[in-house]
Amino acid sequence: MSDPALATVFEPSEDGDDPELVQLLTPEGERREHADYSCDLDDEAIRGFYRDLVLTRRIDTEATALQRQGELGIWAACLGQEAAQVGSARAMLPQDFAFPTYREHGVAWCRGVDPLYLLGLFRGVDQGGWDPRETGFGLYTIVIGAQTLHATGYAMGLQRDGVVGSGDETKDAAVIAYFGDGATSQGDVNEAFIWASVFNAPVVFFCQNNQWAISEPIERQTRIPLYQRALGFGFPGVRVDGNDVLACYAVTQAALRRAREGSGPTFVEAYTYRMGAHTTSDDPTRYRLNDELDRWKAKDPIARVRAYLAQNGRASDDFFDDVERAAEEIATHVRDGCLSMPDPSVLSIFDHVYAEQTPELAEQKEQYAAYLSSFEGAH
Amino acid sequence: MAQLTLAKALTNGLRAAMEADPKVLIMGEDVGKLGGVFRVTDGLQKDFGEDRVIDTPLAESGILGTAVGLAIRGYRPVCEIQFDGFVYPAYDQIVSQVAKLHFRSQGKLPMPIVIRIPFGGGIGAVEHHSESPEAQFAHTAGLKVVAVSNPVDGYFMIQQAIASDDPVVFFEPKRRYWEKAELDETTAPPPLHSSRVVREGTDVTVLTYGPMVKTALEAALAAAEEGRSLEVIDLRTLSPLDMGPVTESVRKTGRAVVVHEAVVNLGMGAEVAARITESCFYELEAPVMRVGGFDTPYPPSRVEEEYLPNLDRVLDAVDRSLGY
Repeated sequence: MSDPALATVFEPSEDGDDPELVQLLTPEGERREHADYSCDLDDEAIRGFYRDLVLTRRIDTEATALQRQGELGIWAACLGQEAAQVGSARAMLPQDFAFPTYREHGVAWCRGVDPLYLLGLFRGVDQGGWDPRETGFGLYTIVIGAQTLHATGYAMGLQRDGVVGSGDETKDAAVIAYFGDGATSQGDVNEAFIWASVFNAPVVFFCQNNQWAISEPIERQTRIPLYQRALGFGFPGVRVDGNDVLACYAVTQAALRRAREGSGPTFVEAYTYRMGAHTTSDDPTRYRLNDELDRWKAKDPIARVRAYLAQNGRASDDFFDDVERAAEEIATHVRDGCLSMPDPSVLSIFDHVYAEQTPELAEQKEQYAAYLSSFEGAH
Repeated sequence: MAQLTLAKALTNGLRAAMEADPKVLIMGEDVGKLGGVFRVTDGLQKDFGEDRVIDTPLAESGILGTAVGLAIRGYRPVCEIQFDGFVYPAYDQIVSQVAKLHFRSQGKLPMPIVIRIPFGGGIGAVEHHSESPEAQFAHTAGLKVVAVSNPVDGYFMIQQAIASDDPVVFFEPKRRYWEKAELDETTAPPPLHSSRVVREGTDVTVLTYGPMVKTALEAALAAAEEGRSLEVIDLRTLSPLDMGPVTESVRKTGRAVVVHEAVVNLGMGAEVAARITESCFYELEAPVMRVGGFDTPYPPSRVEEEYLPNLDRVLDAVDRSLGY
């Protein structure tokens, strides 16, 4: 039996005074104080966030358009979740490592991953062409929640490498595991919580609660607010306004610092909303109402930063124009790059199954190459 | 020269690998203070510390999933799955992550992970403790799969598996853990992915691996008394298969019997039989015979001796082959 009112039971209060929801920038663009978290960033840094947010959205909308035009097989839009992604990713240091789902396009942007690599996966030319070690950004993981264990294992590796709690800020490192509300039902995610807790691993579990797991609402995954689950595993849980880039930055920064110092994991629930479909193959009109969408539109993560920057000359019209130009440039880069992306050679699929090629696979490749070449010159 | 059990040979092999490379870690349930339920990791935590021999929480997917992360960080985890029937909670991590990350990353993320699985029956255990799931892993591209049959191979193959940059599912025949052999640690071992003739013969080739190697050798002895000469091959590597010695032998004998504890249907024997047919079609005097577990779940232990291939069932298949 479902209880349609249940979600509202653990939703943060609408008036913005919920002490359990960290918010530093209101939907109207006003700064707020919080007892435990503060954001001491200057306006230049916030302008940088704004640029990241706008460019992330532009990459995302361009990719959605490319899918609609048949250039991508599918695309999982991050529309509406840009602040959660940019805020958390900008709190990372170069030596930190992120383990993403398949929707972390804003995190990829902040880690310096060329968005064309993301499109390559969804176009079907490869399965993630970027270098995870070079970028500190793991491959997109499509099996829900599997990457949270990888993140925890990587964090255990950091402990063994002596780069946790050493006091050397240039070396101490931590890990972020990204996942969604649906993933919290997975065994792997719960196992990751247990591992991280008992080994005190330097990992931040960053959950973007976007309210929907394809068609299933949050109340099908949980009967308590997600951040409260952390206590049962033995580490702190924090709920942050996932559409507030400043709060996401501040909360993640504190959690990462705690992890790097050797004080263990933190669960961050970024309370946000999936403004688009689950993927371009999904039809959300079958399971959710427009008024919910309208309510969240009013909390847009970009509009509030723009409103803040537009006040008191924190950013000039020239700045906003520059960002728009940069957005168009990145869109052109994405579009042109996507259209000119070469298909891989089918013979390349044999090459990386193993680090050390097996004789039988080498033989299969050879036989298939010979088969292909038998058609050469045929009409 | 020392007589060593398979369990002790594996311990020594693990120890040698850990001494050779500080990135080698052991992870699993009860592998630390207890030394594993079969004592294969006995004493290693005491000597290498809790950071390198890790008693994990009791969750197999967690063991493999965190091993993936450690491998990305540059470690070489050796994961112990306590019993064959407990590997399934980790199946997703093994098949979707461990097996595929090198491929998905186009070689940027090697997965030098060893997954040790004590397998097979014959020890009177309760359910889920006697299974032979090797074909499920051999069927998965990206994994390499081996099975040891004796202490000498145990000592060398575990080190070779750990040194491999590919993930290796490493099957250990639990009922042979206490079998002894002389081990000369200074000899040069054959390559990990090679099969080997362990008894020469001329009439029928018997192909097997893991716990059934001993059974096949006993069958060959019994057959010899009746004047039949069996050639026994220990396959050792199940993925990739090393068909060279197999083809050579079957071309000579014209007859082959494949033996394993796992169910016959879509077991390793099916693949081996198909490949023999492809490579030895004109030399074959009889269809390739298969001897294995019945297509049932592993039975209660009071009847396992009937379920498991034994000397008589191997010889029965040999007779049927010779009857053509």
